[in-house]
Amino acid sequence: MTDSTAIPIGGRAAGCPFAPVPELYEAQKDEELRRVTVPSPLLGDFDAVVVTRYEDVKSVLADDQLRMGGSMPYQAGNLLSYDGPEHSRLRRMLTGSFTTKRARELRPQIEGVVESALDTVAQAGQGADLVKHFCTPIPTLVICELLGVPYADREDFQHRTAVALDFNTSREVQMRQAAEMEAYMAGLVARHRESPGDNVLGRVVRDFGGELTDSELAGIGNMLLIAGHETIASTLSAAIALLLGHPDQLAVVRDDPSATDGAVEELLRYCAPAAILPRQAAGDICVRDQKIKEDERVVASVLAANRDLGAADQDLDNLDVRRPVQRHLTFGFGPHQCLGQQLARMELRVALPALFTRFPTLRPAVPLDELDYRTNALVFGVNALPVTW
Amino acid sequence: MRIEVDESRCFAVGNCALIAPAVFDQRDEDGTVTLLDATPPEREHEPVRAATLRCPASAIALHENETRAHDE
Repeated sequence: MTDSTAIPIGGRAAGCPFAPVPELYEAQKDEELRRVTVPSPLLGDFDAVVVTRYEDVKSVLADDQLRMGGSMPYQAGNLLSYDGPEHSRLRRMLTGSFTTKRARELRPQIEGVVESALDTVAQAGQGADLVKHFCTPIPTLVICELLGVPYADREDFQHRTAVALDFNTSREVQMRQAAEMEAYMAGLVARHRESPGDNVLGRVVRDFGGELTDSELAGIGNMLLIAGHETIASTLSAAIALLLGHPDQLAVVRDDPSATDGAVEELLRYCAPAAILPRQAAGDICVRDQKIKEDERVVASVLAANRDLGAADQDLDNLDVRRPVQRHLTFGFGPHQCLGQQLARMELRVALPALFTRFPTLRPAVPLDELDYRTNALVFGVNALPVTW
Repeated sequence: MRIEVDESRCFAVGNCALIAPAVFDQRDEDGTVTLLDATPPEREHEPVRAATLRCPASAIALHENETRAHDE
């Protein structure tokens, strides 16, 4: 049974791109889970159970019976293409590279990458676009470290990843870019096969290369790129735009190092770049005594769940980088919870204070309400963020 | 408070080691949880509760009413 009115499940409120559409708050108040039609450019329209409450999202995402199913196009080596024991086996090959300790060890490299991006912003001068010179290069260069991309190749690599994120390019250009990246990744895997580098991809080849095909290894490389690049670039752009509109909170991030970790959690909660998580039930699932039946599709709204007023005694609709750390589902929950989240946190913790310290008078070069927010893509962010200082 | 962890359930995302680093750590090779202190002192109780709630694998079990063995 489907509602006659479809909920724009990934929708954001008019004039306030950080907030969910009012329909999602309505759905959150309903005791009954709603079944609606979800428009999807990727998969075509489909009917799905919409889950919006914090506890409900957590409970379905942790359920063994909830699978990726056909929610994403299949790609060998991509964790989002696997479920159950196959997923665990592949994921185990990577988890050792993404521990809290590894993220701390990568800090000096991340600091180096951030410093070089800040130099580029300074060189670009007044009106510099932070998306182009700061938000995009940082995760790209960190990924280069993880994949072992040689320095000589990095400019090309950066160019290709920038094209992949540019929504103004044609489909042909995007397809050509994807093919070039696939070929490059295959070459990288071949080099690691010959002499495994001291980085994430090199370690997987060295320790598990006998169990994995070349296309699975290239798929792992591609997944690390896709998962670790657009998400972080988008979160950085959204977080910076948000803070530029809240100068008092920007000052906290700039001036109080002890507030950084909490501020990053609040920004992650508030920006929720991957606003929806599509899944499918492999068997019957119970949510508060309501049944989601086998084969039904499920869409969890991270954006709504992160602001679930029923789950906290705080006003979660406002940004407050000083508030006690609130739980959030920005990295998902359950077996598919973001593998690279400790690395993501570290990138944000290094990059944000460094930007505001280097440019203490940073302000937007255009009115903030004229910014081009990417509200209709899978990952929310800002397309261009020109600044002066 | 007494803590038990189920290594076989752990998804190795490291939230526990992030939130309560005096109590939880991760194995270097695959990130699986390791318990540093099964009966942590009072000041660790709040972080441990937060880590338990945020474990995506429900791999941490808390026994709130069991006191530290050496306190008895």
